[in-house]
Amino acid sequence: MNGDNNVQRNKRRLLIETAALAFRGRLAEEIDALPVKLFPKGSAPTRCCIYKSRAITRYRLMAVLGYSTQDETDECTPLSEYVRRAEESRPPSGPILTVINEACSACLTGRHYVTNVCRSCVARPCVTNCPKQAVQIISGRARIDEERCVNCGLCLQQCPYHAIVYVPIPCEEACPVGAIRKGPDGHEQIDEDKCIDCGKCLQACPFAAIAERSQMVDVIRRLREQKPIAALLAPALAGQFLQDFPKLVGALLKLGFSRVVEVAAGAEMTARHESRELQEKISRGQAFLTSSCCPAYVQAVRKHIPALAPFVSQTPSPMHFTAQQVKQQQPDILTVFIGPCIAKRREAAENPCVDYVLTTDELGAMLVAAGIELADCPPAEWTESPLPQARAFAVSGGVAETLRAVSPEPNAVRPMLIDGLDKKSLKLLSVLPARGTGGANFVEVMSCAGGCVAGPCNISQPKTAARKVRDFAGLQNPAAQAVS
Amino acid sequence: MKPLTITICTGTTCYVMGSGYLLSLQEQIESACSRPIEIVGSSCLGLCKDGQYGCAPFVQIGSTVIAEATPEKIIETLKQQTARNPMEQI
Repeated sequence: MNGDNNVQRNKRRLLIETAALAFRGRLAEEIDALPVKLFPKGSAPTRCCIYKSRAITRYRLMAVLGYSTQDETDECTPLSEYVRRAEESRPPSGPILTVINEACSACLTGRHYVTNVCRSCVARPCVTNCPKQAVQIISGRARIDEERCVNCGLCLQQCPYHAIVYVPIPCEEACPVGAIRKGPDGHEQIDEDKCIDCGKCLQACPFAAIAERSQMVDVIRRLREQKPIAALLAPALAGQFLQDFPKLVGALLKLGFSRVVEVAAGAEMTARHESRELQEKISRGQAFLTSSCCPAYVQAVRKHIPALAPFVSQTPSPMHFTAQQVKQQQPDILTVFIGPCIAKRREAAENPCVDYVLTTDELGAMLVAAGIELADCPPAEWTESPLPQARAFAVSGGVAETLRAVSPEPNAVRPMLIDGLDKKSLKLLSVLPARGTGGANFVEVMSCAGGCVAGPCNISQPKTAARKVRDFAGLQNPAAQAVS
Repeated sequence: MKPLTITICTGTTCYVMGSGYLLSLQEQIESACSRPIEIVGSSCLGLCKDGQYGCAPFVQIGSTVIAEATPEKIIETLKQQTARNPMEQI
């Protein structure tokens, strides 16, 4: 789905309204009225009725407050109670992505259907090519026997009228690792042992049934306490708003952050470290090294391709290097990583240097809620100057490009790009240890096709964002097709 | 034919609510209403401030304000305007 749709817009409105209450310190008092405020009597229902929309909004708000819908033990607990609990202690750790059963439409099992376009032709390639004899002509139309059909898709390819369609379950189709499946009640369930937090199901579900547990409210509380708090801006952020980077920094300072740091600086450290690691491992006879900065990919290896683990770089991620440096300079400061990524939440939970993770859309919502107009923000003086290539880490190919830039012998880095994790690319990755890379010695893996600029919580269109990130880095933009 | 200006608000509220995607719709809108158009991004139009115009993102065509703008709503408005002022097409 295009990144601008009703699911996204509803999510942002919810974030904006919640952030506004949090900034005014009125969350506990007013949050229980939000579902009604968003879907008042007489408004056009986006689901079967406004009452269902309200009920689902309540569960989505639980996730915004940091709770999983599975944390609900008593349906009568008001949202204000969750606000109070979150003030006392951070919401329990656990799965980041949660399914809201009430929102899940329990889609029919993904399968092939014959539409009424079928003309019951003479050739009948659907019947003759079906390896399971699952297609028959009954009263003038092809029928697929569900029991026999194995969803191979041959009939769909063969039909001269395109009369056969495949109707998938969007979340299951998007999940690269088969972590989301129907439970006994027909609703989808996420298997924590398989989930890599890539967020593809969240992007794919047209019913907004997947929510991610947010830390936004906690961050706003910290900002209001006016304690030292640093914003660590992922390289992808440079492409997320129309305004230039110094204005974004100005806006963050206005929002209450005491310090803003570019994670591109950490990306440069990652690249230098990784470049040395590559040289060392290759000289020791290892065939190739893969990147390790994408947390969804790292989890995918850990949970699904253990044979690839020895090839994954040991180098810490740009987020780690940046946060570590900030904490060394000022131990009492809180660090908030801001980026388009959901999987970073998991990485941060395992990293003592990172206190919070905000997503780009949450940051956008906070700016709106605080009434900050980016265009009017005084640009901050910005003197940081990391390596240009490191600033473009977030665009697919950027990691390899940076590695080449810092390597004493650029041509010694022979990259291979895995631009986006899906079932196919995971299969390819799983055979790399046995079959090799066909000459490449560095494999850059990005879970999101296009790089972090196409992350699940972005505001900008990925192509526009990629161009803007490379502009900010002062790098030439490759031909349009390369950054699609 | 003179291109008709479609003003897309890119103030922070509208941008966060998706107006960035509307900026890139030139071809889609032009082919749908078969007349030349020009998409212009504008700094905050101030329409989001008191809620009387509805919700972001906002798009303005002439004196018409479109709230919660989508490609469909923009095309619909353009078609209505063309029907009202057919002379403008000449």
